Amino acid sequence: MTDDHQTLALLLFCAFVAATLAITTWVSRNRRGSAEEFYAGGRLFSPMENGFAIAGDYMSAASFLGISGLIALFGYDGMLYSVGFLVAWLVVLFLVAELVRNCGRFTLADVVAARMRERPVRIAAGTSSVTVSVLYLVAQMVGAGSLVALLLGGSSEAARSWTVIGVGALMVIYVSLGGMRATTWIQIVKAVLLMAGTVALTVLVLVRFHGDFNQLLLSAAERSGHGKDFLSPGLRYGGDWTARFDFISLGLALVLGTAGLPHILSRFYTVPTARAARRSVVWAIGLIGSFYLMTIVLGFGAAAVVGTDEVRASNAAGNTAVPLLALDLGGGAGSTGGTILFAVVAAIAFATILAVVAGITLASSASVAHDLYASLRRRRARQYSEVAVARVAAAGIGAVAIALGLLARDLNVAFLVGLAFAVAASANLPVLLYSLFWRNFTTRGAVWSVYGGLIPAVVLVLLSPVVSGSPESLFPGADFQLFPLQNPGLVSIPLGFLAGWAGTALSPEPPDEAKHAETEVRSLTGAGAV
Amino acid sequence: MEKQEGREAAAVRFDDPWYDALASGWGEVDGTGAPAPLTPPVPAGPAPGHSAAEIYLEVQRSAAFREVRSRYRRFVVPASLAFFTWYVVYVVAATTAHDLMARPVVGAVNVAMVAGLGQFVTTFLLTWAYARHARLRRDRAALDLRWDTQELTRGIKEIKR
Repeated sequence: MTDDHQTLALLLFCAFVAATLAITTWVSRNRRGSAEEFYAGGRLFSPMENGFAIAGDYMSAASFLGISGLIALFGYDGMLYSVGFLVAWLVVLFLVAELVRNCGRFTLADVVAARMRERPVRIAAGTSSVTVSVLYLVAQMVGAGSLVALLLGGSSEAARSWTVIGVGALMVIYVSLGGMRATTWIQIVKAVLLMAGTVALTVLVLVRFHGDFNQLLLSAAERSGHGKDFLSPGLRYGGDWTARFDFISLGLALVLGTAGLPHILSRFYTVPTARAARRSVVWAIGLIGSFYLMTIVLGFGAAAVVGTDEVRASNAAGNTAVPLLALDLGGGAGSTGGTILFAVVAAIAFATILAVVAGITLASSASVAHDLYASLRRRRARQYSEVAVARVAAAGIGAVAIALGLLARDLNVAFLVGLAFAVAASANLPVLLYSLFWRNFTTRGAVWSVYGGLIPAVVLVLLSPVVSGSPESLFPGADFQLFPLQNPGLVSIPLGFLAGWAGTALSPEPPDEAKHAETEVRSLTGAGAV
Repeated sequence: MEKQEGREAAAVRFDDPWYDALASGWGEVDGTGAPAPLTPPVPAGPAPGHSAAEIYLEVQRSAAFREVRSRYRRFVVPASLAFFTWYVVYVVAATTAHDLMARPVVGAVNVAMVAGLGQFVTTFLLTWAYARHARLRRDRAALDLRWDTQELTRGIKEIKR
């Protein structure tokens, strides 16, 4: 990539960073740091604003660059991701969004703790939420480092390290100074930029093919070198049965995990009522669905315009497919249009990462301060200190994420996002659904279902080929691989549900009828909701 | 705190255009032609000395609440089963039934492409159907229950504080 690209892209990065810092300063003026304000932005966002923020929270750079890249490399099999990421929102809309808004205050643990003995349940749910967040965060940080290196051409170690440190520092500033209000506005700005950029590129691709989708597919198939096979499933996941089960496992994790992601759940608390939460999910589904439809066009467009071999030559994982497509659509390398489009895409990808990491950091600092600290602190600690703890926790989580991001920067961490979804689906979703819908659920059941999903998910990954036993593993030298699949979801999600059932059945105490009645009445009517 | 909640809630009720539009009283015909429940949502106010737990149990047993709950479940359970089955079938077919998925439909579009876009379409349709169902069949009754329950529990919480 030439100097022009770099300068322009850097200018746009700086403009975005300056704009977001301005937002942070603006929204945090004259505000006292109440917990309501810090975790939930005062609960005064409109459904449309929250819908954009949810979309901004959810659509990561992995979606923007990664899925289009997979489609450009493997054709149809990349599309399977888009479908999973979207269908997951029906679980959120039907079973989670409104009820969680009605029952909880700030976190997932609030919903469960309302029915159970508070301390063990909060510690369990807080631990699993922080685990999910850190896994997701490290994936984003490492992604940021390699992405910036890739887009700016500076693949030197120093440039990547400084990118990771810079992203980490920015997210700590946004979160600890601006809280939920600043984070939300950054996500809204990012969602608007991302949608605008994607729409522009999609229109350019369709114009190139005179609006003929059929022609686009035919050219993509032809230039991919795979012919008709490019348009049907099987290129990536069609091999042996391990690969097939691996995809089924990932597909389950994607669909069930979204409803357990802490940074998605915390977004429902930023609107005043359950009805507003529902309407914001409807907005989000509209935005996310149209976004993933456009990534399909961009992926096949990259295969048709740039060519699968060129994409693979530039980056083996396909992450540069969209930037290369932008360069070509703008008039090719060296042209003004190409330079501008390329820089815009690079800046949008960077903005995407910043907004996503800010959302996750905020959610995990809420879990640390509101769930873990509040349960583990000494009894007479003063009340107002919770927000202060959350600010410090944000800085601590930022430091941990930077350290892990630097340690892992040369490793292939693509599996981490799938793993975060699998842990969310195995540890968070069962306990959430049981608490909301199962009359006989008990404290022991809640604790068992969290750990019974969390521990198998983590252990199975440690024993899987992503950690050892294959040339692409984290530790290619060692071999303690026992579990064949890369994604543990197929086993750990049923285990999470099973453990919750077993814990309840073996519980010494009877279920609390009155607490169940309270949860059910509150979740469906909103009585007593804050 | 309680007071403030009540006021905020009242404001929501008042400003809510959807509520105003339908606020013509009990017994009107709702979206599907079935009359809305005629019973008052909650049995008459609590006897003195009721605890919050008793109030919630009482509301849970009331006909009005059971109606809201069954309307919610009658939509959500079949719809969730349907979309989840359809998704699992799609993923399993995409990974195992290669020949079926590769069968051409129109031009370059094959069964796999139709099924994938079909997932998008069903997601959008179910979202629309759920939002409509909740708006027409559930929101109003739930809102009334919310006020009644809060009225009943308010006194208790103030005493406890």
